[in-house]
Amino acid sequence: MTEMLLKVEGLVKRFGGFTALDDVNLTVRQGERLGLIGPNGSGKTTLINCISGALKNDGGTVVFKGENLNGLAPHQRTRRGIARSFQIPRPFHSMTPIENLAVPLEYVTHRGRGRSGQPKADIRGEAEAILRDMGLGDKMTIACSQLSQVELRKLELARAMAAKPSLLISDEAMAGLSNTECDEVLEILFRLGSSGITIIMIEHIMHAIMRFSERVVCLDAGKLIAEGMPTEIVKNPNVQKAYLGA
Amino acid sequence: MHQGHKHFLIGCAIVLALAFALMATVTNEYVFFATYVVLQFVVLATAWNILGGYAGYVNFGSSAFFALGGYAALVIFKWLALPLGVQIVVAACFTGLLGLGIGLISLRLRGIFFSIATVAIAIIFETVITNWDFVGGAKGLQVLRPEPMVPFTSYTKMLFFVMLLMALGAVAIARYIENSWIGRGLRAIRDNEEAAECVGVPTLKLKLIATVISGALMGAAGAPLPMYLSFIEPVSAFSMNYSVSALAMPIIGGTSSWLGPVIGAVLLGTVQQVVTVTISSELNVLIVGVLLVFFVVVAPEGILGLVRKLRAPKVQPTGQTRGQTSAQTK
Repeated sequence: MTEMLLKVEGLVKRFGGFTALDDVNLTVRQGERLGLIGPNGSGKTTLINCISGALKNDGGTVVFKGENLNGLAPHQRTRRGIARSFQIPRPFHSMTPIENLAVPLEYVTHRGRGRSGQPKADIRGEAEAILRDMGLGDKMTIACSQLSQVELRKLELARAMAAKPSLLISDEAMAGLSNTECDEVLEILFRLGSSGITIIMIEHIMHAIMRFSERVVCLDAGKLIAEGMPTEIVKNPNVQKAYLGA
Repeated sequence: MHQGHKHFLIGCAIVLALAFALMATVTNEYVFFATYVVLQFVVLATAWNILGGYAGYVNFGSSAFFALGGYAALVIFKWLALPLGVQIVVAACFTGLLGLGIGLISLRLRGIFFSIATVAIAIIFETVITNWDFVGGAKGLQVLRPEPMVPFTSYTKMLFFVMLLMALGAVAIARYIENSWIGRGLRAIRDNEEAAECVGVPTLKLKLIATVISGALMGAAGAPLPMYLSFIEPVSAFSMNYSVSALAMPIIGGTSSWLGPVIGAVLLGTVQQVVTVTISSELNVLIVGVLLVFFVVVAPEGILGLVRKLRAPKVQPTGQTRGQTSAQTK
């Protein structure tokens, strides 16, 4: 049994009278590739917002590398190794892709060093290396507004990776992409996974989930209703009823 | 980078030399009286731009910081009779702290909600000052100017020089922020605050740094006001005109760089002064309004953006000729 990286215990999140997450328990092992599925509005994004700190949970705990993250701001969690991509890409639109990556490189990876001493070229070089790795090598210095949808998704992942995370949460990085584009993004995620990064993938595209995940959890109406191997999950009657439309 | 630094220092030296030459040769006090106002707007516009331009948080309450700077200076003068330098430092500290407090309360609000909060804050403080008798309340307070300090022959010249130093200081601070980790973080916040936070930018901390510096500079700009007019009263000190000018000038000049507010303030401030003398002082407001509408529609990125756009086509033809020559070689 490998080491536990993330442990979510009894997580509760309410929006007024609506309970978006109801006693969610989830553990993620170091190096695991976890798929998170569930119908629209089931609380997937709320769950990762609570893990990444964008939302404050009303109950329960999020423990990462043995540390309780409750009360920590998102940027503090990013510094501890949690990075995420956004469902709808949110690039820094006034900056080039290189400058986009320079932000996490300066604020997380080289924090403190970059303030005065660190030469600029270093950050630039690292940003270039990550962008090349993500297949954005020829788009490094153009305006973000000229990037295509799939390139924006890759930029999201690249910027998340620039923070050198140990846990990457990918929020529907493939939604709306063509099959070949999906495969490109999936290939990137596989590569990141094999380099030792733990990945939680939220996705509606079942064939991507089936191929990518070592384990799948299914949320419905704020509750975890099933957990298991991808092949088990699709046969699970609860999942079929809630999500797969059987 | 270092080259730019050198050019900036040379620019500052030239401006200072010009100021000394002006003070040595020109005897007409009005020149200094009018230039003071332009310089005051350089400080105010630069201060506004640190929060409004770099971080994208539009402050409609600049007049509150400006006026409270003036009133803080007045209190120090009336209560302890301390010199102008001390008044300015105390005023800047006070409005800087005020910026911190207001920031802590209002920076949770984003976009237009933050802006509305700043308007409310200006109204609250104007009401407080209007009802405070020590500083003259609604009817204001007359101030007797002390003698000018030694090298200066008149108090107006001294105020002019002090404001010039503050303008250079404000621009230097804005320029430093722009090129530092603070500026890069603020730019990320302006582009997308949630994404900035998620890639490790401490957004609240950076926004607070920006409000404190911006507030302190606005207070410093207002601190010499009682001495400048020999009089201060709440309606004119808290005038919406300051708030509007503070945001109109950077928008007209261009908010992306420290140079924008300087261009906007010098241009608009000078036009206003000329119009005040030649036509009427009431036309000022109209000019600001018309120019603002014109620039928002025609050049939303201000004069700097316009210049960049005009320069851009010059690059393209060279690219084409390069393309043509390569085609010819083929």
